[in-house]
Amino acid sequence: MKAAIQAVGLNKWFGEGETRTYAVRDVTFEAYFGEMLYVVGPSGSGKTTLLSIISGILRPNTGAVTIEGSAIWDLSADALAEFRLRRIGFVFQDYHLFSRLTTAENVAIPLILQKRAWAQAMKEAEHDLDVVGLKGRAELPPLKLSGGEQQRVAIARAIVTRPDILIFDEPTASLDGDTGRNIVDFVRRHILTSRRCIVIVTHDGRIFDFADRIMQMEDGRLAGIERENLDAR
Amino acid sequence: MPGILRIAYKLLANDRAKFAALLVGITFAVFLMIQMTSLFSGILRRSSATVINIGASVWVMDPAVQTAANTIPLPDYILDEVRSIPGVKWAVPLYSGVALLKLGDGVYQSASVIGLDDTSLFGRPTLLSGAIDDVYGENAFIAVKDAEFRKLGKPTLGAEFELNDHRGVIVGTARVAASGLFGMPTLYTTYNRAIQYIPNMRFTISYILVEPKTLADVPEIQREVAAAGYLALTKDEFINKISNFYKYQTGMGTNILLMTVISFILGLSISGQTFYTFVIENIEKFGALKAIGAKGSELISIILFEATFVALTGYGLGVGLCALMIWVARLYLPGYAAIITFLNLGLAFVMVVAIAAISSYFGVRKVLRIEPFDIFRS
Ligand SMILES: Nc1ncnc2c1ncn2[C@@H]1O[C@H](COP(=O)(O)OP(=O)(O)OP(=O)(O)O)[C@@H](O)[C@H]1O
Ligand SMILES: [Mg+2]
Repeated sequence: MKAAIQAVGLNKWFGEGETRTYAVRDVTFEAYFGEMLYVVGPSGSGKTTLLSIISGILRPNTGAVTIEGSAIWDLSADALAEFRLRRIGFVFQDYHLFSRLTTAENVAIPLILQKRAWAQAMKEAEHDLDVVGLKGRAELPPLKLSGGEQQRVAIARAIVTRPDILIFDEPTASLDGDTGRNIVDFVRRHILTSRRCIVIVTHDGRIFDFADRIMQMEDGRLAGIERENLDAR
Repeated sequence: MPGILRIAYKLLANDRAKFAALLVGITFAVFLMIQMTSLFSGILRRSSATVINIGASVWVMDPAVQTAANTIPLPDYILDEVRSIPGVKWAVPLYSGVALLKLGDGVYQSASVIGLDDTSLFGRPTLLSGAIDDVYGENAFIAVKDAEFRKLGKPTLGAEFELNDHRGVIVGTARVAASGLFGMPTLYTTYNRAIQYIPNMRFTISYILVEPKTLADVPEIQREVAAAGYLALTKDEFINKISNFYKYQTGMGTNILLMTVISFILGLSISGQTFYTFVIENIEKFGALKAIGAKGSELISIILFEATFVALTGYGLGVGLCALMIWVARLYLPGYAAIITFLNLGLAFVMVVAIAAISSYFGVRKVLRIEPFDIFRS
């Protein structure tokens, strides 16, 4: 199994001296292509912090993150932004869609940041809206869509650049149980490929059964990895 | 247009209410500012109307003269003294005063009377009807067709009136570059007729108009006139002196400055605040963009583009509105004294750019400070 993300000796603390608190402590792990890796744990255990570190958004105090051979925290700020733009797709809990743009324009944003021509970007965006099951919704503003549909728009935006790594932060927190399950089921079946790695931070016990592995965090430390059923797949 | 700016435009323009508020703020500020300063420019220009219309290169006057309207008569010997200065090519007297007219229908009307040197008629206006030599005829006056012309009862050639109990007759109509400030019609006649018809003090010359042999002679002329106890100013110096009087001695300049500052603050507070709220409302989206991989420079370009777009559109609308309003005002008030000068436009432009710069500065600062990490954590 090929490693998509290698995290070695990650530490992240806030404050200094007396007030120094560790959000992430001595975390080492690998995430593989073809798997859906969950990060779970109690509130304040460092899940979001870890996710931000491995996706190139928050610099760790010590440790290294290597994605397909490149140590991402050695890159300059602009190079790192470019790296995120090309290699990583993000799905946020609150979707963070622009209400003043159409659904298709929202999806096309990463392509536009990649300097794709407007018409071409729209074409690709509409294609990916089809992929997530939102055919014919391209011209609507996102607020006209249901919560589950908005999350699908966010997924289309995350995959439109064909990134190898997808990062989901609490993707079902704003959705009701069935809708949440449907979304993750959809991701598991249609978005996950053998050349893609999906990392999901979640509290939501109802979607645990879609995970390949579940990483448990406690007080910033990795407390264990459940269900190592990769070989079974 | 690069895609990112197209996105920026859509984010801005699709937010109709905010976009409208931004435009209204800037348009209004520009309108106010141009309106104020144009009116002021118009007044300043009119206050120098005599100087502009007569067009002499050098004007000799009493040092106490502050505006073209308040003349202080000069003794005749000064004219001879000026003529004897080596650098002077020629020098002629000019009369400028006010007379009370009794028009054909018995209505009284005061008028500004300009008396031109009898031999040269230097400073004569461009005739629209009649012949210039007719001004030598008996009781002859030329009426200026400016905004105040109708106050003479729109006279035709041959129309008669009374001027301080003398008979007057219109022998021509003329056009001048600038109309006067004081809402009075203007009549041109000869110097000698003017001083004969209008009661005067001992001295009668209002100004001595001088043509120097060369430009280089001007400083020497000014020195010699000063030695005689009088003041010689070039045309531009005189116009500046008059403008400065209205700007600094009358409180008009201060008021205009105050209004300009107020319109700036008004525009800045409406537009700046709206723009800032606009950025704040979208702040998580900017954070999400940053997480996705937008560079700092791209976020800045979005904000700068939006601020510039609003500023320029508002500027255009403000200038247009002002031009329209001056045009409409002139339809009803022919004497409405407002001119939009390049200086007015430039000032308003600087103001608009400052509003855009200040607004986007705060927006940019906010956007650059967002940590995408906080977007995850929200
Ligand atoms: N900017 C910061 N300054 C100080 N402390 C911080 C900061 N960011 C995170 N922390 C602390 O780091 C710890 C881990 O936070 P993190 O958000 O990663 O937890 P989490 O597991 O995602 O929790 P939740 O399930 O509530 O989202 C917490 O104790 C938090 O208070
Ligand atoms: Mg969290």
